[in-house]
Amino acid sequence: MKGAGDLWRFRGARAVAYAVLLYLYIPIIVLVILSFSAGDSSLARWEGFSTRWYGVIVEDGDMMRSVRNSLLVALVAMTVGTAIATMAALATARTRFRGQSAVEALIGLPLIVPDIVAAIAILLFFVMVGIELGVTSLMLAHSVFTIPLAYLPIRARLEGLDPALAEAAADLYANPWASFRRVVLPLIWPGIASGAMLAFIGSLGDVVISYFVSGPGATTLPVYVFSMVRVGVTPAVNAISTLLIAASVTPLVLSYLLGRRFR
Amino acid sequence: MRAEARRIGLLAPAMLTIGVLLVVPLGLMAIISTLARGPSGGIIWGQHSLDAYVQFLFERDLMDRLALNTDYLRIFARSIGLAATTTALTLLIGFPTALWMAFQPPSRRTLLVFIVTVPFWTNLLVRNYAWILLLRDGGVIDWTLLKLGLTSRPIGIMYTPLATAIGLVYSFLPYMILPIYVSLEKIDRRLIEAAYDLGADRRRALFRVILPLAMPGLVGGAILVFVPGLGAFITPELLGGAKSMMVGSLIQQQFGQARNWPFGAALAFVLLALVLLALMAHALRYRRGAKPA
Amino acid sequence: MRRIILALAASALPSLALAPPAAAQSKELHLFNWSNYMPPDLLKRFEAETGIKVTLDTYDTNESMLAKLQAGGGGYDVVVPTGPTVQQMIRDGLLLKVDAAHMPNFKNVRKPFDNPDFDPGRAYTVPYMWGTTGIAYDSAKVPGGKIEDSWKELFEPRKEFYGNIAMLKDMGEVFTAAAYYLGFDQCTSKPEEGQKILELLEKQKPAVKVYNAEGSADRMGNGEVAMHLMWNGAFHRAHKKLKTAVYIYPREGVNLWGDNLAVPKGAKNVENAKLFLNWMMDPKNAAEASNFTAYNNAIAGSDAYLDPSLREDPAVNTPDDMVSRFRPLRDCGKAALDLRQKVWTRLLR
Repeated sequence: MKGAGDLWRFRGARAVAYAVLLYLYIPIIVLVILSFSAGDSSLARWEGFSTRWYGVIVEDGDMMRSVRNSLLVALVAMTVGTAIATMAALATARTRFRGQSAVEALIGLPLIVPDIVAAIAILLFFVMVGIELGVTSLMLAHSVFTIPLAYLPIRARLEGLDPALAEAAADLYANPWASFRRVVLPLIWPGIASGAMLAFIGSLGDVVISYFVSGPGATTLPVYVFSMVRVGVTPAVNAISTLLIAASVTPLVLSYLLGRRFR
Repeated sequence: MRAEARRIGLLAPAMLTIGVLLVVPLGLMAIISTLARGPSGGIIWGQHSLDAYVQFLFERDLMDRLALNTDYLRIFARSIGLAATTTALTLLIGFPTALWMAFQPPSRRTLLVFIVTVPFWTNLLVRNYAWILLLRDGGVIDWTLLKLGLTSRPIGIMYTPLATAIGLVYSFLPYMILPIYVSLEKIDRRLIEAAYDLGADRRRALFRVILPLAMPGLVGGAILVFVPGLGAFITPELLGGAKSMMVGSLIQQQFGQARNWPFGAALAFVLLALVLLALMAHALRYRRGAKPA
Repeated sequence: MRRIILALAASALPSLALAPPAAAQSKELHLFNWSNYMPPDLLKRFEAETGIKVTLDTYDTNESMLAKLQAGGGGYDVVVPTGPTVQQMIRDGLLLKVDAAHMPNFKNVRKPFDNPDFDPGRAYTVPYMWGTTGIAYDSAKVPGGKIEDSWKELFEPRKEFYGNIAMLKDMGEVFTAAAYYLGFDQCTSKPEEGQKILELLEKQKPAVKVYNAEGSADRMGNGEVAMHLMWNGAFHRAHKKLKTAVYIYPREGVNLWGDNLAVPKGAKNVENAKLFLNWMMDPKNAAEASNFTAYNNAIAGSDAYLDPSLREDPAVNTPDDMVSRFRPLRDCGKAALDLRQKVWTRLLR
């Protein structure tokens, strides 16, 4: 079967992939190194090693609160947005129905509207309806904007899957939920995981909507960082970014390594 | 009939959330685009005018006559060009990456999905700053090339279109790679083996079998890059030098220093109409193409 | 329908009656400000001295702060608008009258900050930091190290600086500087003057390397550019790294801007906010803020607590003979803004 494995290797593809991974991580390496800079700006040359910025972020309660807000909002928005997107993708993929273009345009709408316009529009709406501005209002707004981010990968995954499988499963299991969970879900899982990751980083990176739709105490990390421009962005932001990366990568790498050892 | 009910049930949450939390607010914005502007920004309710839409193409000259003004069209064209370039470039390097990922052992694939997105857990601003540190004259790249004896003077890519492209492609890469990856990952490998058995070479297998199967992912990725790319301006301005305006900053400016909310809203609706038209056109073509010949 | 509304109102009334008079008891203060624009240690000291817990939320520009409040966002107790923005906020009824002039510490406020045009008699605001927007250049780049103290050096640069200039990406700052050079008023709305300004800026554009308002201190300090339209506090930071950097106040006029502390309408903790405003007019506290931000303050007696490096920097501690060059920023009307916007869009189209 060695030969069959080789069929899959497009040599050029591997070279490009390695280059892309390098491309993705070069600035991250620079960013991490600079978090240990003794200088006072994240645009400055290297000015000696220091861990003082890690001390600064521990002391900075407002920044820590913004990190917590960001993670909380991103987690909820990812979950809600991905669930809604999965349902929608199940309805639109592999089929044609009247009004489909309109439905798909509507799902894509959050992607199309410039964020400043969407942000002010939603703020006006929330004020008008009387929804209190805070972390909850942020979760609502972010959930809307993560829908297309999760929808498109899941939809791409579903497209071209054999519809007979789901039907066979429906025959096999008495209720549709069981057939979905046992057959469809495992099949589209990579799509859902990818969509969820895009939704997560989409929410985590948003500035404009987070700024306008938040209330007192609900500032998120990107908003906090953008507001530093008056006196300059400090390596504290590099430090907090480094910690976030570390927190996200460590469990995964560990589980991967452990999984290998005990297999 | 049951399929119909099931479809409505599945679509309801998406339609309701987007409908209530975005379409209704945008309705407010549509009204705002036809209102008179307030003296300190904001708007004056009850005073209507279509000035904002007229302003997109015309300006009043000194004699108060309407004259064609192409400034905004040029800015729109620039943003469209930039988004298209970014889409093409992310596709070019994203597709082989996705292909490689899809053919990794299953246990490694999930890890790779994660690896591709982790850089974006960091802050957008410091990520761009890192690029500035890398690209600027005397920066990390210059320094390395100099030490290796490959160059003798600064290569000068900072504040050029190349720097803009490097930064923009970077920020949109995962949005291209992942949809392609998920559509490739499910491909029934027996199909490709069959292609080889029938004497297809690698190139044929790629273009005749793999590419068509990857199409939904390619389309999804292209939408995820092109559409938000139209509004991008922070990265282009930081790395490109901001000597020319983008649609995103033009609209932002109307809600900021220009204090012209109606015009900002009108610009957004023009953009919205353009994108929707393009998507519709694509959907029509795609559907016609999808029909069996 | 009416019965439902009545029923709802009836059920809501008791809860309203039971709600405590929040302002009197709460020990909170919601500050809406730039990040890092007030030293964290100073805020901690305020908390320790008063027992009031400060929560910071942030914005990146005056305009986005204003837009958020105009759209009905809020719930903040103290905001930090710049002069012209104060004027707009007063006109739009977004600020609460706090009668700052009668606060105990107001006696410390230096002239002319005690009676600015944007808030006559200081009915609404208390001064915080102030600064100027001038030209920074690297004196090592020119023979003799000296250039004229004129905007000419920026807009019609000599060859040593050509292609090595950074401008702030700020419509107001760029437009007004050009207006001063050409002898126009900062609020000009005359199309022919706008045309001249546009021509000047278009001629300068090839000499400009980058338009950017962020990271100016590093851009100058790292020697990435040799000349910069710059805020003086950023210059102070750049000068720490590049000793040959010099700041000039062009003789045709220099923008003077001042940030202020104000209480927006809808604030929940008005008394705490007033306490904070008064507290920030204490010389020691104002000096601590200056030492952190590298901008000067408007409080007499704060000099004694100022870092020597700030006190001795003519860019921050303006020499008396330069004060006559100050042009306080005004809130220009709609016509003037439209002209600016036209010029700016055409410049960058």
